[in-house]
Amino acid sequence: MNLEKPILIREDGLRHDGRKPDELRPIRIEVGVLSNADGSALVEFGRTKVVAAVYGPREIHPKHMTLPDRALIRCRYHMAPFSTSDRKSPAPSRREIELSKVIREALEASIFTELFPRTTIDVFIEVLQADGGTRTAGLTAASLAVADAGIPMRDLIAAVAVGKVDGVLVLDIDELEDEYGEADMPMAMMPSLNQIVLLQLNGVLTREEFMKAIELGKKGIMEIYRMQKEALSKKYLQYPEVE
Amino acid sequence: MAKIYVANRQIVRPGDLLAEGEDVKAGEYTYRIGSKIYSTILGLANVDNGNVSIIPLEGVALPKEGDTVIGLIVGVGITNWIVDIRAPYKAILNASEALESFNPITDDLRRYLDIGDYIVAKIIVFDRTRNPMLTIKGKGLGKITEGIVIEIKPSRVPRVIGKKKTMLNTLTEMTGCNIVVGQNGRIWIRCPNKHLEDILVRAIKKIEDEAHIPGLTDRVKKFIEEEKKRLGL
Repeated sequence: MNLEKPILIREDGLRHDGRKPDELRPIRIEVGVLSNADGSALVEFGRTKVVAAVYGPREIHPKHMTLPDRALIRCRYHMAPFSTSDRKSPAPSRREIELSKVIREALEASIFTELFPRTTIDVFIEVLQADGGTRTAGLTAASLAVADAGIPMRDLIAAVAVGKVDGVLVLDIDELEDEYGEADMPMAMMPSLNQIVLLQLNGVLTREEFMKAIELGKKGIMEIYRMQKEALSKKYLQYPEVE
Repeated sequence: MAKIYVANRQIVRPGDLLAEGEDVKAGEYTYRIGSKIYSTILGLANVDNGNVSIIPLEGVALPKEGDTVIGLIVGVGITNWIVDIRAPYKAILNASEALESFNPITDDLRRYLDIGDYIVAKIIVFDRTRNPMLTIKGKGLGKITEGIVIEIKPSRVPRVIGKKKTMLNTLTEMTGCNIVVGQNGRIWIRCPNKHLEDILVRAIKKIEDEAHIPGLTDRVKKFIEEEKKRLGL
């Protein structure tokens, strides 16, 4: 491993990978990638690659978990053993359990669970390749998969992480910037409603930096939101036009 | 002032702003925050008379009272059957809703309907707090003994039937098959021969795939004609 801190902000003001501070990584979004799931999506933020699958609403097993007035949302965020440079044990880690919880709570805010009492909606998020921002890519994918499954929701959720590296606020940080930076702030929103559904902060930001970081995150989220909607429409425009 | 931002049959996605104004009625799969109406689902906008609703393109079918569904028997009890109707809830068919007189001491329900049998049934009670109840007493209801049952996405059922049953009538007339469409996306077909059955299954598959593209009935008509010609029928 590198022991010396790499240069994160170059002399020309660009980041180590050549991005501007407010620039996202190249994003690829595809919907309906798995035929066995009711809804699915694949999201790539640069080298981070995540697939999400949604099943339901369906009957709950075991039965005692049933909620009489709304649907139960179960969420599993999981990193594949091959997703990191050192093999990751496939057993759920403390970190993965926490991320499953925060992602589930964000989804609960968007889904109309009261429409399907006594049922469950199962969400599986599998990180295929990790390079920073896996929870935000995972939530972005999960929300699309829920929409693809035809489950009524208030809005799509788009997520991105804002960070502070070498004293500069940057959008969509990757693994290297996370490791050597001063702060990492993943955030997720329902953009049409202007509501935040996930906000975590690891590191230190001043009040002014925090407000600026939120604005920066919002900007990135609006861009991701636009791509999410495009991806959903595309699924129904791909059929060749019949005379 | 009512403002509607979407065209009829336009693809809408969750969170899309559909309309603004107190006098616009928020129909199915939409919701209102203040004067703004948003979409909750991936579907096609249905703008009618200044009201907006959405026709879903995906999703499970929730049972509705009065719906005709095609069910699969998955369990047999002492006085009832458990029926899979492709909903998040298992349906119950009581013996009293299937047989004229029945004595649980001397009779075995497996003699009438066993696991794996398909039935055409009607939903008599459903309110989400309890599982739906079915009946097979009535015209056109009962056990399926011939033909085949195929499955499509429940969100495509209205397109297989069509406005005023146009699509269903087209399919019936052109193939000579007998078709029963369950609201849960199972379709029971009985055909005069294997070739026509094959054409019909593929025509229904075509409807499922192209449900959101206008001019569907004409395309399906053309498809069946061409296929019949190709097979010399």
